[in-house]
Amino acid sequence: MIRFTDVTKVYPGGTVAVGGLSLRAPSGKITVLVGPSGCGKTTSLRMINRMIEPTSGTIEIDGRDTSGLEPNELRRGIGYVIQSGGLFPHRTILDNIATVPLLLGWDRRRARARAHELLERVGLAPELGRRYPNQLSGGQQQRVGVARALAADPPVMLMDEPFSAVDPVVREQLQDEFLRLQADIGKTIVFVTHDIDEAIKLGDQVAVLRVGGTLAQLAAPADLLADPADDFVADFLGRDRGYRGLAFTEAPALPVTREPTVRLGAGADEARRVAAGEEWLLVVDADGAPAGWVRPSALVAPVGPDDLHRGGTVARVGGSLRAALDAALSAPSRRGVLADDDGRLVGTVRAQDVLAEIEREPSEAAS
Amino acid sequence: MNLLWTWLADPAHWQGDDGIPVRIAEHLAYSGVTLLLAAAIGVPLGLWVGHTGRGRVLVVNLVNGMRSVPTLGLLFVAVLVVGPLLAGDIAFVVPAIFVLVVLAVPPILAGAYAGVEGVDPGARDAARGMGMRPLEVLAKVEVPCALPLIFSGLRSAALQVVATATLAASVSLGGLGRFLIDGQAYRDYGQMAGGALLVAVLAMLVDLVLAGVQRVAVSPGLAPVRTSRRTGRLSRLVPTTT
Amino acid sequence: MNWLLTHLDEVGGLMVTHAVLSVIPLVIGLVVAVPLGWLAWRYRLLRTPLVAGTGLLYTIPSLALFILMPLVLGTGILDPLNVVVALSVYTVALLVRTVADGLASVPDEVLQAATAMGIGPLRRFFGVQLPLAVPVIAAGLRVAAVSNVSIVSVAALLGIAQLGSLFTDGFARNFLDPIIVGIVACMVLALALDLAILAVSRAVTPWLRVGSPA
Repeated sequence: MIRFTDVTKVYPGGTVAVGGLSLRAPSGKITVLVGPSGCGKTTSLRMINRMIEPTSGTIEIDGRDTSGLEPNELRRGIGYVIQSGGLFPHRTILDNIATVPLLLGWDRRRARARAHELLERVGLAPELGRRYPNQLSGGQQQRVGVARALAADPPVMLMDEPFSAVDPVVREQLQDEFLRLQADIGKTIVFVTHDIDEAIKLGDQVAVLRVGGTLAQLAAPADLLADPADDFVADFLGRDRGYRGLAFTEAPALPVTREPTVRLGAGADEARRVAAGEEWLLVVDADGAPAGWVRPSALVAPVGPDDLHRGGTVARVGGSLRAALDAALSAPSRRGVLADDDGRLVGTVRAQDVLAEIEREPSEAAS
Repeated sequence: MNLLWTWLADPAHWQGDDGIPVRIAEHLAYSGVTLLLAAAIGVPLGLWVGHTGRGRVLVVNLVNGMRSVPTLGLLFVAVLVVGPLLAGDIAFVVPAIFVLVVLAVPPILAGAYAGVEGVDPGARDAARGMGMRPLEVLAKVEVPCALPLIFSGLRSAALQVVATATLAASVSLGGLGRFLIDGQAYRDYGQMAGGALLVAVLAMLVDLVLAGVQRVAVSPGLAPVRTSRRTGRLSRLVPTTT
Repeated sequence: MNWLLTHLDEVGGLMVTHAVLSVIPLVIGLVVAVPLGWLAWRYRLLRTPLVAGTGLLYTIPSLALFILMPLVLGTGILDPLNVVVALSVYTVALLVRTVADGLASVPDEVLQAATAMGIGPLRRFFGVQLPLAVPVIAAGLRVAAVSNVSIVSVAALLGIAQLGSLFTDGFARNFLDPIIVGIVACMVLALALDLAILAVSRAVTPWLRVGSPA
């Protein structure tokens, strides 16, 4: 656990970057520091590994005051990932990853083996290990940055906007992989971002900071969305808070309707018969997975891929209320498609049933 | 043209104390000693300026200012002022080497400084964040990343030194410049042109050898994938000739 | 000081010659380097041979190049033309790369916007790209000007009269005054050329002097 107690950073000239910050980042969890620029989030992060020295207050890691530790020893035991990646351009990817193990005095072979293992762990092909950073894409470089920070298996990781320099599609991919990785390794992570959506997606708890480096609110993402402490936090969270908050509520057993279906390739007459007068009919593929909606009245030939309306999202049974509601809202039939964990169709659910569920347990999200 | 080949082809010019091999050896000796001294001064100083950021303005002005000092004039002043204080051959060698070093330090200094200053701040920050001590950051990250520009400074300086060492013959030093100066004195154009050709070839070879060393010493990861503006800026800071 | 006062006319004359010998190659070099630099910028394949080839010429020590010039030009060893051509070669060597860098420093969007407005290739080059590359090219030109002034003085060893003659005369007579005066005159000339190019560069790029709204 990392504990800030009344930490202040005043720069020469009197700018207060961090003003009396107290918070705890629990072990094995992701704590996200988020806020507008000038809120001292990066300064706070960099005080943990003493890249910046606090003006006053104490920071403890697992009960040990960091100010009593030798800074370089401290840093070698903490993973550090920064926005630009900060890879060493003159070293191969493998040598980049092996940096800290070698600093710690591991022998070369062991350090290289560890680097190989991590390369795979962050989803990079082994042959990339021999390349140099400028031969990699931005997303790949960020993965190497994460692998390098993990190399000596530090219990604590500090991440400063690690995914903000890549395009949105890659960013989402990296975030998903990062969450999977963390589920495996369970590090104590402090993560800085200016992107509230990223904070809500990744954080076990989110600390919203305001300009001047004071804590506006520290809460789990769902609680933050459901109950912002003040106007500043509410503004910072932005629109659609109620809807976004549903993402954190697991859908209970919703009333599922069995949906009449046809397979891809079924004849037009069969489709019209099964639809029994309904405007939209659900089509499944050979594995029984939902493929899309079709309008039987418009069919002139057997159901082909081009006839499908693919706009609807598919929710999983046991997924969030937000996913279930979105499935209903996005389907042209307004019947939300539910699938099991293997992707096979279970049935459909109506928006009014999801809403009834939400109204029945209004306090669920706010608790 | 004939005069040139006749002179070069004459075996008598390739032997003895004032033959071509001896002059080449002298030329390389002056240049080598100078370059070592200049590098010993310029590289650490440049690394220090680049690492600490102190004295940047001074470096830029020194480099630009030194370029406007006419080499030949500086050489004559040094010999006239310092020479009388010394006796024998030393009276010419010491001031000449001194001037060569003075001229070679600025490009080396500028290369080392610009190289370290141009290191990606992210890489430096990451190195510190991983727990490297300041000297480790310098040795393991800053210097290797700065090598391309350190070499470009060294090569500029080497060209400058080889060229100026030629002029040193006019203050009665050895080296290939002797042929140029003596040829002039004896109205022997063949000797002048022959010497000039040798100097030109020597300069190119020295640059080629340094380019080869650079190729081996610099990490392939620093190869110029993009034609960066950084090197563009340096090319205006470093090259000098006489 | 006394020496300077009694030799003002002589020093003034040498300075004029020196300036002419330095400036003419600068103009020739620029005129040659712009098309070559354009080629190096436009055709990536040509860049390496052009930059490396001119760079090779740059490695030749000046005294050697002065002496070898008659072989190429058929001039006499005392002909100032040798100096002018040799310095033009150095200037081209220095500027080809600078011009290519300067042209590359113009943002692509600007060129595409010009094309989209229907500006033809030639007008686009002279009306848009070259003016925007002026700061970079001018910086290279300033370096060339300053080193030209220093290199010209070397030609005194061959008996071509300019400020460098003060060095050889002074050295032959073991007399410091003319050498010091020569050095100072060279540096003044270099500074004057440097400032002149800077002034011209500023004058043709008025948009760079306007402060951006803070």
